[in-house]
Amino acid sequence: MDTFIQLTIDALTLGSVYALIALGYTLVYGVLKLLNFAHGDVFMVGTFIGYGVLQLLGGAESPNVPVWALIPIITVAAMAGCAILGVVIERFAYRPLRDAPRIAPLISALGVSFFLANSMQLLFGATPRTYNAFDLGNGELYFKGFDIGNVRVPLLRIITIGSAFVLMIALYLLVNKTRTGKAMRATSYDREAAAMMGIDIDKVIRFTFILGSALAGAAGVMFALRVPTTAAIGFVAGLKGFTAAVIGGIGSIPGAMAGGLILGFAESYTQGYISTKWSDLVVFSILIAFMIFRPQGLLGRADIRKV
Amino acid sequence: MTDSTPHSSETPASGPAVGQDEWVARHAERRLIRGGPLAPMEERLRAVPWWVWLTLFVGVMCLLPAVTASGYVRRVAFDTVLYMMLALGLNVVVGWGGLLDLGYVAFYGLGAYSYALLDSDQFHVHLPAYVAIPVVVVIGAIAGFLLGLPSRRLHGDYLAIVTLFFLQLFQTIATNGDSIFGHNVTGGAFGIFTVKPLHAFGHNLVVQHQGVFAVTYYFVALGFFALIYVALRFVNLSRTGRAWRSLREDPLAAEAMGMPVNALKLMSFAFGAAIAALTGTIFASLSASVLPLTFYFVLLITIYTMVILGGSGSMRGVVLGALVIGPLLELLRDPNKSRIIFYVALIGGLVFAFRRSRRLGIVVAATLAFGFVCHAIAGALHHSWIAGSADGGLQHVVSYWLIIPKHLAGWIPPVSYVGVICVALVLTLVHGRLRLVLLPPTLYLAAFVWDNVMLTQPDPARYIVLGLILIALMIIRPNGLLGERRVEIV
Repeated sequence: MDTFIQLTIDALTLGSVYALIALGYTLVYGVLKLLNFAHGDVFMVGTFIGYGVLQLLGGAESPNVPVWALIPIITVAAMAGCAILGVVIERFAYRPLRDAPRIAPLISALGVSFFLANSMQLLFGATPRTYNAFDLGNGELYFKGFDIGNVRVPLLRIITIGSAFVLMIALYLLVNKTRTGKAMRATSYDREAAAMMGIDIDKVIRFTFILGSALAGAAGVMFALRVPTTAAIGFVAGLKGFTAAVIGGIGSIPGAMAGGLILGFAESYTQGYISTKWSDLVVFSILIAFMIFRPQGLLGRADIRKV
Repeated sequence: MTDSTPHSSETPASGPAVGQDEWVARHAERRLIRGGPLAPMEERLRAVPWWVWLTLFVGVMCLLPAVTASGYVRRVAFDTVLYMMLALGLNVVVGWGGLLDLGYVAFYGLGAYSYALLDSDQFHVHLPAYVAIPVVVVIGAIAGFLLGLPSRRLHGDYLAIVTLFFLQLFQTIATNGDSIFGHNVTGGAFGIFTVKPLHAFGHNLVVQHQGVFAVTYYFVALGFFALIYVALRFVNLSRTGRAWRSLREDPLAAEAMGMPVNALKLMSFAFGAAIAALTGTIFASLSASVLPLTFYFVLLITIYTMVILGGSGSMRGVVLGALVIGPLLELLRDPNKSRIIFYVALIGGLVFAFRRSRRLGIVVAATLAFGFVCHAIAGALHHSWIAGSADGGLQHVVSYWLIIPKHLAGWIPPVSYVGVICVALVLTLVHGRLRLVLLPPTLYLAAFVWDNVMLTQPDPARYIVLGLILIALMIIRPNGLLGERRVEIV
């Protein structure tokens, strides 16, 4: 039972990270119908920005700012940095190809992904960077928390899961309740018609990239608070995030959250009960099962193409 | 070969507006007509049938071992031939089928691993080459078919992700395959290192001859390459080849015309996978070992760059792409050659951008002057700024112009690297005189970054170059060097 609770907490943490990445994919895909391969690497850059800012603030052992402010600061910094990166990528690698055959932006995205991963390796080497989150306030974030049975739920986990959910709810409200969100939905529904209705498509797309990349940045900090980061993590993280988006139904925001959580649970329980090595296999099987039986995903709309 | 590069024909300003489809239909025809003194020669060259070119090409490639005795050069040439085969295989899926297969190198790995299991001490199975190779090819084709099955109903993007995940899965299995139900199948992260060389009828094809790379493998690879090229050439001209191209252009229209779209997709997958698997056998038999990480994202991007650079869809093109990228990646390992390549590429790019004009001269002169001024200022500030190690060769010459500090402060590499990228991106946005003014400092900064930051770490630097080539190609010239220009009928 204790293991189960432990694994569930892990699954929620992992799942919320995946969900945040998946949201970036889903947003961009919804508006641009583009699979943004570079998204996983934007996430990776986010982990590094968080690390850099943490070092600038004096590191986890002796920060220059109060502990309660530290995590928000690095999260916001990573979100801002990633948002800028996302906009730059969109402007220079995707916009020139917006009317090209569909395969062209995909390949460009592959190039961007490869470029980002190797640039980070060039600049910061291949050694894993750790936030040393355990040292924050002398381990307060780990020792404090509440108990479920014999299991202590650390404060850090609660903060991570809580802020991920806050971000997701904020995004949901933004897309569904605001004017900008309405423009995004309209663009996603039919780009040409939206343009004719006076929506500035370029602006909407830019805003979508800002949102998606900022979420990836937040996810990056949450991820790197748990485990060390390297320049190579972007590939697998992006893959998982995209799988989560597909499982939930690509283009659907609640779907991406659900997909991320499902993936988190699947991976965590597989690692806990079966084997740590084969969790990728389980995730892949889930993906294939969805592709065969429900290609539109859990909450997605079935794609009816007009000819 | 370069003479037959398709000439980009401009739309005539007063082109027919109504009969645009006629303009499109005559596009290829018009491209053939070319003036100038080279025109008759080009026409004659175009009349040479393809098999003459192929024979000539293979013949020249065969002469290479006669020119050099260096085992290293021969090995690079061998790898390039393998790249050419891989690029031809990927061209079937991406160039003809129009399917974005990101699991392609997994089939290459599958071929290598299958061969390793069929002819190594792992299970003490030792099949002769004439049995092992066909078996591996069939395994590859079946694997391609199976991967295509769940993805056949998906369009482009989903397919990409399923195949990419397949690559990840292949990695997982290969890396953790040392304990599948207690059996050691793939040797885990250390791979299988007892693979036997190709052997048939009691003869072994030795890998090394007196400690030097044996040329026989090179010839075997060239033979397979010619075989694949001829086979694909015929496939391309066949009903299936035409059907593939129609699928690539418009799957929906193809389906409406009664094409068995799903079967065609599966077939193109299986074809590509079979070729990759075949290449894998040759690789495994030569390397005598297979490691999981050989078959990963890096190789995938490399082959994609070859196909895109050469021009996806054109067989000559992808071979040319492999011929350029393979040795290029090898040359970039060495800082001195890498430096030469950088300056050659820089000058080539400038000539390409400005043609032969006065602006070209101005930019070059300004860059040189800017460099000397910067160098003088830096030298006056502190001696150590220009006291970087000059290891002779080009660097010695360059070090009179370029700032090469003795010690790089920690902040310099990230700032200068990100800076040069930002400036280069800004350059693409501004026009006219401003661009001309910004260009010399950018070039100088680029040279600085290349010499001080990128050359210190060849491995990420090489791949950064690959990524940049891929992005730039997609934007500037998506049809590659020899690819057909897509003409869309509106």
